Amino acid sequence: MHELAICQDIIAQVEQIAAQHRAVAVHRIQLDIGPLSGVEAPLLEAAFPIACAGSVAENAELKIEISPIVVSCRSCNEKTAASANDLTCKKCGNWHTDLVSGDEMILKRVELDT
Amino acid sequence: MCDTCGCNITPGNKHLVEADGKLAKTEDGKAAVDVLHSLLHENDHQALHNREHFARHKVLAINLMSSPGSGKTTLLEKTIQNLGDSIKIAVIEGDLETENDADRIRNQGAPAVQITTGSACHLDAHMVHDGLHQLDLTDVDILFIENVGNLVCPASFDLGHHLNVTLLSSTEGDDKPSKYPVMFRAADLMLITKSDLLQYLDDFDPKAAEANFRKLAKDNPVIELSAKTDDGFDNWISWLKDTLALHHEKLSNGETMRPAIQADGVELHAHQHSHSHAHSHDHIHDHIHNKA
Repeated sequence: MHELAICQDIIAQVEQIAAQHRAVAVHRIQLDIGPLSGVEAPLLEAAFPIACAGSVAENAELKIEISPIVVSCRSCNEKTAASANDLTCKKCGNWHTDLVSGDEMILKRVELDT
Repeated sequence: MCDTCGCNITPGNKHLVEADGKLAKTEDGKAAVDVLHSLLHENDHQALHNREHFARHKVLAINLMSSPGSGKTTLLEKTIQNLGDSIKIAVIEGDLETENDADRIRNQGAPAVQITTGSACHLDAHMVHDGLHQLDLTDVDILFIENVGNLVCPASFDLGHHLNVTLLSSTEGDDKPSKYPVMFRAADLMLITKSDLLQYLDDFDPKAAEANFRKLAKDNPVIELSAKTDDGFDNWISWLKDTLALHHEKLSNGETMRPAIQADGVELHAHQHSHSHAHSHDHIHDHIHNKA
């Protein structure tokens, strides 16, 4: 349960950005989260109100986009959808793959009331 | 220090945060700022400083992760005994409470700092940084960071270390890599510990454990060992020695090792630092594959 710690990190970043833009409030915070990031979106959403209380982001909307798990096969070069505990190529079955998408945990965009 | 000095605003990202920079207006008239930072930006920033600190002392930092009771401290005790004076070890111990593990390490003659996290389930880069202040790294070759026993949270936090070693003991299930993919995907080396018990545990198949690890697209080595009987321990010691040699080689080329899997943010962050070390994704298993 480290989602609160992550939320606090997000709020610290958002506060900095808001101050640099002399924003009076933060309207929306957009995140990209992948299932392999180790971060759970529902837990982030639960922790968010606690982390942002009293900050410039107090009334901000938290918008989380979940990235799909996609791997690229080193053998057949095909890009296929995969699951968290099976990153083998769905076309040829080879496990020598590279993750293309699915481990994101990114603060993508902040929308401010200036 | 890095939370306040403002050094996270770099030439690389300055345009995003300056008022006249890349600012779009949303349909409802809000000012939109594209950020593209890791959610753990503050942690990653501290981790970068920790990594530079290790580089200055030429120390190889290895993060040990596993569930509680899989034998991390026993592995370290035996490793210190085995290496003697040839390779100097120091340890940062992470537990919720007690100095027990640090005492066990000190009893082997190695310096140890205990971080008690209270109720926190993982170490982060700031805690490790605090621990480093209590540790003299002069003459230390390898720093082990024994993370809090937990197969979930520790995998998400970059501590500034160079490699992750994940332990799976034979008393756990061989399906642990499938159940905790985020943790095992982060492993640069998987150790199957307590191999002396395998003869009694017919429901743990090391081959199945390795197959579940491979399904996570992992070509990193797997070593089976027992710290009680010394079975397979030579392979671990060889891996350590080879890894330390590779670490020194990279340092002399101005490079630094990084864990095989790193969060997007670490990459984004590293690229924004013109003073950061050139980093490499070389896989050390190329050198040690046969020993696995």
